[in-house]
Amino acid sequence: MSLNILVLAKQVPDTRNVGKDAMTAEGTVNRAALAAIFNPEDLNALEQALRLKDQNPGTTVTVLTMGPFRAAEIIRESLYRGADKGFVLSDRAFAGSDTLATSYALSCAIRNLGNIDLIICGRQAIDGDTAQVGPQVAEKLGMNQITYAEEIQSVKNDIIRVKRRVEKGIEILEGPLPMLVTVNGTAAPCRPRNAKLLMKYKYARIPNELQASNEDYTTLCNSRDFLQIGEWSVNDIVCDNSELGLSGSPTKVKKIENVVFQAKESKTFTASDNDIESLIQELISNHTIG
Amino acid sequence: MNNLFVYCEIEDGVIGDVSLELLTKGRSLANQLKCQLEAVVIGHNLAGIEKQLFPYGVDVLHIADDPRLAPFTTLPHSSILINLFKEEKPQIALMGATSVGRDLGPRISSALHSGLTADCTSLEIGSHEDKKVEKIYDNLLYQIRPAFGGNIVATIINPECRPQMATVREGVMKKEIFDAKYKGRIHQLNVAKYVSNSDFAISVIERHMEKSRINIKTSPILISGGYGMGSKEGFQMLFDLASVIGAEVGASRAAVDAGFCEHERQVGQTGVTVRPKLYIACGISGQIQHIAGMQESALIISINNDPAAPINKIADYVITGDVETVIPKMIKYYKKNSK
Ligand SMILES: Cc1cc2nc3c(=O)[nH]c(=O)nc-3n(C[C@H](O)[C@H](O)[C@H](O)COP(=O)(O)OP(=O)(O)OC[C@H]3O[C@@H](n4cnc5c(N)ncnc54)[C@H](O)[C@@H]3O)c2cc1C
Ligand SMILES: Nc1ncnc2c1ncn2[C@@H]1O[C@H](COP(=O)(O)O)[C@@H](O)[C@H]1O
Repeated sequence: MSLNILVLAKQVPDTRNVGKDAMTAEGTVNRAALAAIFNPEDLNALEQALRLKDQNPGTTVTVLTMGPFRAAEIIRESLYRGADKGFVLSDRAFAGSDTLATSYALSCAIRNLGNIDLIICGRQAIDGDTAQVGPQVAEKLGMNQITYAEEIQSVKNDIIRVKRRVEKGIEILEGPLPMLVTVNGTAAPCRPRNAKLLMKYKYARIPNELQASNEDYTTLCNSRDFLQIGEWSVNDIVCDNSELGLSGSPTKVKKIENVVFQAKESKTFTASDNDIESLIQELISNHTIG
Repeated sequence: MNNLFVYCEIEDGVIGDVSLELLTKGRSLANQLKCQLEAVVIGHNLAGIEKQLFPYGVDVLHIADDPRLAPFTTLPHSSILINLFKEEKPQIALMGATSVGRDLGPRISSALHSGLTADCTSLEIGSHEDKKVEKIYDNLLYQIRPAFGGNIVATIINPECRPQMATVREGVMKKEIFDAKYKGRIHQLNVAKYVSNSDFAISVIERHMEKSRINIKTSPILISGGYGMGSKEGFQMLFDLASVIGAEVGASRAAVDAGFCEHERQVGQTGVTVRPKLYIACGISGQIQHIAGMQESALIISINNDPAAPINKIADYVITGDVETVIPKMIKYYKKNSK
């Protein structure tokens, strides 16, 4: 059974490796100082999509990302691993979006793609750790959802079977397509880039990149359809502009603070027998232990 | 109308700790706001469930009891909450930042177009002045949470949309009985009115839930090991010390990632928040994500061979030395000096 699968992937700052220089003097994060990476759990999501493609000939895997133009890198990374095509949704109008405005914009863009059988997202993005966009997109498109998936076990006769991992155990769920699934980091890691696909898609670009670059791949890209990554602005989707960006975001950031912990006056000990014994005696006598 | 709602999770007839913690917080916020605290329980065989909930100060308990509502699946539970919230118009709705709450919350916020803040570590009531439109908002919910991998703390508000929704992880708030004799009112929902047949498209084929045997949250003494413990064998030393002084063993994420111990033992922003009487950090450097989960411990001891380890700044007692030397000595001198 051939499937039409959409993967939602986000380019995120690498918050796991935040160095000292990544914080500005005002205590805000200097995004420019952080490497932009493929959101880790979105790679797990892509792998689930590629496995279904392996098992179901004729399946297409499309990747959609919303972000700045440089997020086209996410699409190329996906193409190198086996995705068929991709779109970058980018516009100033989306700036300042919270998860609700993001999911609204994404859901409008998804309507451009016709009938999708399955949308696969990461469980959460490491910049916000919210895990909200997936279920919100599902709600906006009137789809069922299965979150915290560890493995899409099968898709047969329009029924999808998913193993999900939750805090205290596992569940196996079944439901009809179309469906939105969010995938955990505990799922299979994504396959590496494929050398042949890397050669094939190395020069894949969105129009904006072609314009902005001083290397000229325009003729090359124009002559080969597969090198053209789709680029959509707010004008390419049908939407209510008041639902976008800051104005479409019910949540507002009131305040951002740097994390500083109050240093305590501490008592220091060495590892000598004397020191350890006197500490233990103190803890016993004040009833902290024993 | 305009009260504070808590969605309560239930497993095997028992209300989840995270929900009771939210009720405790919800009760104090409701007092501050001078509104009522309402709880929602959705599931099956719920007779008598109020006994677990009223002592937390619940004024109104909404119960949706139907065989199709357990185990949890997304759509029936979200339909009930969405429709109930449309009727009751809560000002605040709280749920656990669990696989249930984080599945349900975003669906509801999307349907009601209300803001949702995930994983709050603190909830407060406060005001806000919007200088652009010259408007002052009173009694807003400050949803305070770490962002950017814990490197900053953000205060989020939802000035216009209701309910103001937030999820909170288990262990972050304290659980405290409000009044053992407290009696609220029960509102039994007519389930058929709230769900439609198409909500039941997903079926649970198999389910294996384990009762966790490890509970680092309730132990008055917690001995946590970090990457500095060196190995799984090294970690054994902590269990030895724990059994001698009557403690539980916790861990940093680096120790869990390295396979020194089970994930259930992880303390911190993406683990459990603990506030024991005594916290002993062994070979833990003290990155903010770890400290976020243990800074409220009454007494903190750090054992680290690096005198400049960040954890030492928040420790009451600092032992500078190798864990391999220090921990056996602690065992030895405890045995010698106790009793
Ligand atoms: C989004 C996010 C969420 C996170 N959530 C958590 C979380 O919930 N909990 C958590 O713990 N971390 C979390 N982390 C990871 C955190 O940033 C740190 O990487 C982690 O806490 C470090 O663990 P550690 O202190 O054990 O290891 P290290 O930082 O490697 O420190 C090891 C320490 O052991 C000392 N040491 C080494 N050998 C010895 C010895 N022989 N004797 C004594 N001392 C010794 C060293 O001096 C050092 O201080 C999170 C990170 C991110 C980005
Ligand atoms: N800007 C975006 N573009 C594409 N997908 C996104 C975007 N933001 C979030 N997602 C998807 O939604 C998931 C959850 O994101 P979040 O709610 O931000 O934690 C991610 O893992 C992605 O699959």
